Amino acid sequence: MARPPLPGPSAATGSGGRTVPATLLRLATAGSVDDGKSTLVGRLLHDCQAVLADQLAAVARASRERGLGAADLALLTDGLRAEREQGITIDVAYRYFATPRRRFILADTPGHVQYTRNMVTGASTADLAVVLVDARGRVREQTRRHLAVAALLRVPRLVLAVNKMDLVGYAEPVFAAVALECAAYAADLGVTDVLAVPVSALHGDNVVHPSASMDWYSGPTLLEHLESVEVDEDPQALPARFPVQYVLRAPESGPDAGYRGYAGRLAGGVLRRGDRVAVLPSGRTTTVAGIDRLDRRDADLAVTDQSVTLRLADDLDVGRGDLIAPVTATPQVGREFTATVCHLDARPLRPGQHVLLRQQTAVVRAVVRSLDARLDLATLAAAPAPDALEANDLGQVTVATAEPVAFDEYRDNRRTGAFLLVDPADGATLTAGMVGALRAGGRP
Amino acid sequence: MSDLTRTAPPPGSAQAQGPGSPPVGAAATDAPHPRLRLSHLEALESEAVHIIRESVAQFERPALLFSGGKDSMVMLHVAVKAFHPAPLPFGLLHVDTGHNFPEVLAFRDRVVAEHGLRLTVAHVEAYLADGRLTERADGTRNPLQTVPLLDAVAKGGLDALFGGGRRDEEKARAKERVFSLRDDFGAWDPRRQRPELWGLYNGRHRPGEHLRVFPLSNWTELDVWQYIAAEQVELPSIYYAHEREVFRRGGMWLTAGAWGGPKDGEKAERRTVRYRTVGDMSCTGAVESAAATPEEVIAEIAGSRMTERGASRADDRLSEAAMEDRKREGYF
Repeated sequence: MARPPLPGPSAATGSGGRTVPATLLRLATAGSVDDGKSTLVGRLLHDCQAVLADQLAAVARASRERGLGAADLALLTDGLRAEREQGITIDVAYRYFATPRRRFILADTPGHVQYTRNMVTGASTADLAVVLVDARGRVREQTRRHLAVAALLRVPRLVLAVNKMDLVGYAEPVFAAVALECAAYAADLGVTDVLAVPVSALHGDNVVHPSASMDWYSGPTLLEHLESVEVDEDPQALPARFPVQYVLRAPESGPDAGYRGYAGRLAGGVLRRGDRVAVLPSGRTTTVAGIDRLDRRDADLAVTDQSVTLRLADDLDVGRGDLIAPVTATPQVGREFTATVCHLDARPLRPGQHVLLRQQTAVVRAVVRSLDARLDLATLAAAPAPDALEANDLGQVTVATAEPVAFDEYRDNRRTGAFLLVDPADGATLTAGMVGALRAGGRP
Repeated sequence: MSDLTRTAPPPGSAQAQGPGSPPVGAAATDAPHPRLRLSHLEALESEAVHIIRESVAQFERPALLFSGGKDSMVMLHVAVKAFHPAPLPFGLLHVDTGHNFPEVLAFRDRVVAEHGLRLTVAHVEAYLADGRLTERADGTRNPLQTVPLLDAVAKGGLDALFGGGRRDEEKARAKERVFSLRDDFGAWDPRRQRPELWGLYNGRHRPGEHLRVFPLSNWTELDVWQYIAAEQVELPSIYYAHEREVFRRGGMWLTAGAWGGPKDGEKAERRTVRYRTVGDMSCTGAVESAAATPEEVIAEIAGSRMTERGASRADDRLSEAAMEDRKREGYF
């Protein structure tokens, strides 16, 4: 058994015979042990030949020690001793596999309600979420919660894997009923584009290889979809956002004496040499005099997620925490905003609490002005003015900052619209936040 | 181009067109039709640069764990690019077990000298000599690195260490954060790890605590080699096929030498081998290989049926939770 052809050096041959670089897709899986999530992930890795002989041997050995007959693919993904002992996934685990067209980073997140924060973590960077549902159980509260989290975090693409089709006789009507119910629920959340795939993770049907038992299904297998789905919109559709990370100065004695650049990673859009930009929150304007990429001095442009160094035409006071944006499309600048949050820490979040707010490269002192609502993920009903938000709770808060902050609504930019609340005393990450009110249907 | 990058072959040369690929980013031509999405190597490189810059901005005294091995070489290469044309704003730290490959130590010192870097070395043998550490029965010294490492952290006032660990290496590492919080004893508590969302890295910590930072978290072994090929990152010679006196132990080819092998009943023989990982000679095995270039290594890895740690690391085979336990004790 050989592994699949190389994903690169980022090259696969496109339809025109032209060499197309392989791209990266980040996906999150949500579902519980009961739904067969670890088995699905194990199957995906196994059938993509991402599982190697020594790993398989370790799984077979561990399965025997547990008195299991066949090798339990779920054991591939449960990395911590407590997880293996309890047969549950506690923490987010990251998995890697590749096909000639794409490289995949899979955030494998647990399904139980007490680990909602881990699903939020996995979904925060995902281009696509796979929500697993048991074909026998119809749509349970847990599935609704997973769909709601994916919608809240605005994961661009959603796939519903209807699992355990083998246990319902591979029956099309069972699949159709589950898919319909989920689609209706997703529509309530404002998500209209959901692909449902009938699978059996245990037997491998429609995970990587098409199923021989479900000829009524003509859609793509899960992997075929992951390989081909378009995930990001046109990067030029978003205005450029450049959070300044670090100021670079060359030694005065060297060949680059006098060099002063602003290092950072583009958090949206495309930035070009010659663009007129504003430095926020001060609002002073200047021009992008040069873009130094990692591979080349003086490039014409930089794109979303690219780490570059900018040179500016004017000698302004620019430092870490500032945001550079085109003068024609600046973000909001303010000291108070409403946000949808997921509380992460075991200690509850309370009104009046003093925190640090970390948003892109800015860190400012802040206070939780008020707790406005707490969301019931099962019913999507919002209870007003809770006393506290506990770990794994989703809700709406109003935050005030000691200094002005430049931010976008989360629905406009998943990077500049996101922030963390941090405990000033011990540094713990308390709360994840998305700028924007919690809306009817639960979606910010 | 960074100063760690060897001179690229001229365009059109056989090497430039080979499977080794163009330098990272070279495909993103600006004109006439700019490519507005990053390739997977560009995305991984940009993410690593972001993490390293973020650390330098947030920590007072970071240092880069540097063994001269391929992951630390790639990390150093990325770090130099991240700050060019400014000099690297942190030093390097190596914990020498006393069983390191001489070729790798020589390479390490040459890289440090050629690029004007600062290197601190902590010696396990100094600890063995004065009794602060005791040799293990199995002779492996990798677990003995923890105490000298933590002492170096305390002595240097270091608040962050860059490590070349990758999540694809091992299943306890699959749950590791990019910014990994360690207590006064360097210990990793999986239940105290901070959630990491949206690429926002929180390095705030209490006095006495420090962070391990893993810029290559999302890279796989194949990505590392593709990057080495594309960026022409120089590596110690033992990563490529060479003839060596080795002997068989525990299903691995170990190098013969004063550290403790071969013993009775073990037969030394000459084989053409290379190393997939480079650690302590007592627990790092060679694989039989004829791969002499990065491109040949890439082809070999793509066809391999073993993980790099499974093929070449005895220390991970101790138990199902071997790595988890060592991380809890303050190992990398």
